[in-house]
Amino acid sequence: MADLRSEFIGIKSPNPFWLASAPPTDKEYNVRRAFQAGWGGVVWKTLGAEGPPVVNVNGPRYGVVHGPDRRVLGLNNIELITDRPLEVNLREIKQVKRDYPDRALIISLMVPCDEDSWRDILKRIEDTGADGVELNFGCPHGMAERGMGSAVGQVPDYIEMVTRWVKQYSRMPCIVKLTPNITDVRKPAEAARRGGADAVSLINTINSITSVDLDLFAPEPTIDGKGSHGGYCGPAVKPIALNMVAEIARNPATAGLPISGIGGVTTWRDAAEFMALGAGNVQVCTAAMTYGFKVVQEMITGLHDYLDRHDMALSDLIGRAVPNVKDWQELNLNYVTKAVIDQEACIKCGRCYAACEDTSHQAIAMKSGRVFEVVEEECVACNLCVDVCPVQDCITMRELAPGETDLRTGIARGDYANWTTHPNNPAATAAE
Amino acid sequence: MSQATLSPGIVPGRLTPDELAVNFADVAPPLDRHEAHVEADRCYFCHDAPCITACPTGIDIPLFIRQIATDTPDAAGMTIFHANILGGMCARVCPTENLCEGSCVRNDAEGQPVRIGALQRYATDGLIADGAHPFRRAEPTGKRIAVVGAGPAGLSCAHRLAAKGHDVTIFDARAKPGGLNEYGIASYKTVDGFAQAEVAWLMGIGGITMETGRALGRDLTLDTLRAEYDAVFLGIGLGAVNALRTEGESFQNVRDAVDFISELRQADDRGALPVGRDVVVIGGGMTAVDAAVQAKLLGAENVTMVYRRSRDQMGASEHEQDHATSKGVRIIHGAAPIAVLGKGKVEAVQFAYTEIREGQLHLSENGFQLPADQVFKAIGQRLEAPLADLDLAKSGKIAVTGPGRTSLDGVWAGGDCAMGGDDLTVTAVAEGRDAAEDIDARLTGRPVEIPG
Ligand SMILES: Cc1cc2nc3c(=O)[nH]c(=O)nc-3n(C[C@H](O)[C@H](O)[C@H](O)COP(=O)(O)OP(=O)(O)OC[C@H]3O[C@@H](n4cnc5c(N)ncnc54)[C@H](O)[C@@H]3O)c2cc1C
Ligand SMILES: Cc1cc2nc3c(=O)[nH]c(=O)nc-3n(C[C@H](O)[C@H](O)[C@H](O)COP(=O)(O)O)c2cc1C
Ligand code: SF4
Ligand code: SF4
Ligand code: SF4
Repeated sequence: MADLRSEFIGIKSPNPFWLASAPPTDKEYNVRRAFQAGWGGVVWKTLGAEGPPVVNVNGPRYGVVHGPDRRVLGLNNIELITDRPLEVNLREIKQVKRDYPDRALIISLMVPCDEDSWRDILKRIEDTGADGVELNFGCPHGMAERGMGSAVGQVPDYIEMVTRWVKQYSRMPCIVKLTPNITDVRKPAEAARRGGADAVSLINTINSITSVDLDLFAPEPTIDGKGSHGGYCGPAVKPIALNMVAEIARNPATAGLPISGIGGVTTWRDAAEFMALGAGNVQVCTAAMTYGFKVVQEMITGLHDYLDRHDMALSDLIGRAVPNVKDWQELNLNYVTKAVIDQEACIKCGRCYAACEDTSHQAIAMKSGRVFEVVEEECVACNLCVDVCPVQDCITMRELAPGETDLRTGIARGDYANWTTHPNNPAATAAE
Repeated sequence: MSQATLSPGIVPGRLTPDELAVNFADVAPPLDRHEAHVEADRCYFCHDAPCITACPTGIDIPLFIRQIATDTPDAAGMTIFHANILGGMCARVCPTENLCEGSCVRNDAEGQPVRIGALQRYATDGLIADGAHPFRRAEPTGKRIAVVGAGPAGLSCAHRLAAKGHDVTIFDARAKPGGLNEYGIASYKTVDGFAQAEVAWLMGIGGITMETGRALGRDLTLDTLRAEYDAVFLGIGLGAVNALRTEGESFQNVRDAVDFISELRQADDRGALPVGRDVVVIGGGMTAVDAAVQAKLLGAENVTMVYRRSRDQMGASEHEQDHATSKGVRIIHGAAPIAVLGKGKVEAVQFAYTEIREGQLHLSENGFQLPADQVFKAIGQRLEAPLADLDLAKSGKIAVTGPGRTSLDGVWAGGDCAMGGDDLTVTAVAEGRDAAEDIDARLTGRPVEIPG
């Protein structure tokens, strides 16, 4: 069996599955049960500065996007950082860490953007035994209005400055948690690295309004007839998070900077994808909030199984897909595929037909008896039919052999060639 | 087993009122909102969906299911009613496994179709319960049309004509409208007086006058109707019952299944209905199944249905057959009655096994006897009286071309009484609707428009 033990910026955990800083990690009672369920580590719910804790709304704090059968695809929240007193959290952290020395326990922090505040909080957490700190520069609601969270995360100079203070006043490994609510995620990551961060984690939640109450005419969750934007997470945000992780992993200025991947991790496969794109481990929030702590068991067995099947060590997986993430212009324009329908598997729903017919290609013919066939002369190989077909693997994309003629263009498949040298590219012509 | 169940002969009160209430409860209770949404989520929204093609009224099934999924059941109901104004009854009585559900692609996918019938009921119940009629009539045309027969065909035709602004008078021989919806369909499929509620709701469109107790051939003639109205639609169903033509058929307690069923449908107190202890039903269609099942539900101890051909040739769908056997009805295939035995009163029925030779059904040497104190005949219905001047098809039904045009100018026909199509509620609705469109086109020159 593959070894899932993980070491991330020197922090050891029995597996690479950590719970992200969020309500499941807001108290000792939860974190103990999470560890019992098998989670490798937790990032404790974000702590604020000394003094009266923040207060949360007392109405609903979540909005949701459902898939079929009310499956949770996306969740948004307007919750703030921990609303429990600092001393209570610190006492609990210490007790849990003492009882679970083999698990990773990271403290997430968010205090006002001045040196004193950061020095003070770092001093307070020093003797908890925690393995590291995560700087929450990501929370997009509430705290941002007070100049914290994503308000810091959106200004690379602030990130660099605060990270520097943290490294100056603490010996703990420091993870900078990034907000996705920016234009180019490489900039804050570069700033974190300049400030001395040991790693970045991403993504925190995305600014969102999940739905509008059409009787009250207000965003949901609705508090007394009003709503504010929240932070979006869950399976729906995974594609955005994966891209951001890949951008940092392949950016020369941040290459090699350890990444903790967050955003929509729900199954072992999601976790493996994050890791293939360069994440050293993953953090999970919504999946645990939706299904409970037990989901980690499927992640553990699934990742084991996958690594065994490919005869890989966990470290072999990390970053393995990064070299294959390219700019569009580097893609091979002479790679030609055509859709193929497996008539045995086809249930004749006609979705492929509707999709292709109404999407400018008209490359699927509907024959008598509801037989659906690909018209290779028209097929642009877009893959849409594959995506909308309800039967897995019923439609596949066949790669044309070298030299085989593409019936659509009448051109035989040639060797690798991309846009940079394509005759239609004005820049390519100019270069000649 | 109680004494009442075991008493020989034909007696009432075999079961207690409580037992009867359970037996005759809604056989397919409505889906609640959660169930409906879970089921609606299963629909793939197929292109040119095969379920639509399989529906005789062409209801846009993927559209109405999507409307349920988006929590607009009334919009879903309207999608259904546009194509099929008796969508409420059809949701309860259609043999869906042979129609829409039988062609659902989910059968191929995982052997379990989307439950279209149940969803259709979910979509239609609300609008009917609401009472207010959702369609409005077009500007009056001044045209008057006579519809004979207030069954599904006649009602569907009348509604479509009224919607188009015509004035319609429906004549029906019986005391209540609804046709077999009221007098035929098994009780547990349409509980709580739904048939009458549906007719009342349908009539809510206005412009339809209902004259019950008025029979064509007795109180009215086709000639006078043709003279007094701009068009005539016949939806008179099949009033007569085929005879066994065997010895002893006239013995006491040998009767037509349709009469038994209609009595049962009209009974205020089912406990007062007498039923035999050993009941034999002859036939293999829906009527035979309904008589057999309901005899069993009334408390008959042994109910046997005997059909002369093979199982797959039975008119009753597989689902109906399974329902019957699950209620304890025994089904024998490939045997035909050769004599009803007894002394004035039936005591047993003698059967011979059948064989198919050169495509023809023959009686074999072998056979068996079933004890019987009550025998129901359900071997098919036919057109009651030949209607003077109207051409009949080989099947004995009224010959029609296109959307129900008979051989007489200005006279249309549809439903069971007209040739073509299966004898089903939904087919009758489709034929009535299409005839109405054709009548309207003839009378006004407007283009035919059939939704779905
Ligand atoms: C016992 C039984 C169970 C059935 N179960 C099902 C089922 O589960 N599902 C299904 O889809 N189908 C079922 N059917 C078939 C279905 O009921 C018929 O196909 C359908 O009712 C036909 O409609 P219709 O309007 O043509 O005729 P009918 O429903 O028969 O209506 C004809 C109407 O015309 C009237 N009428 C007849 N003669 C005259 C006259 N001379 N003058 C004036 N009025 C007249 C009658 O009183 C009646 O009201 C069943 C049939 C029977 C007998
Ligand atoms: C209710 C809720 C509260 C959260 N609170 C915090 C927080 O206090 N600190 C923090 O860094 N992230 C917080 N997050 C963000 C998560 O840690 C995580 O980054 C995000 O939910 C994406 O991961 P997921 O898709 O697995 O949920 C919160 C998320 C949710 C849903
Ligand atoms: S790959 Fe695209 S173009 Fe080709 S058949 Fe499928 S949908 Fe049509
Ligand atoms: S979408 Fe898939 S299952 Fe449906 S018709 Fe096309 S190939 Fe067949
Ligand atoms: S065939 Fe089945 S899945 Fe397809 S549209 Fe009809 S009900 Fe939906």
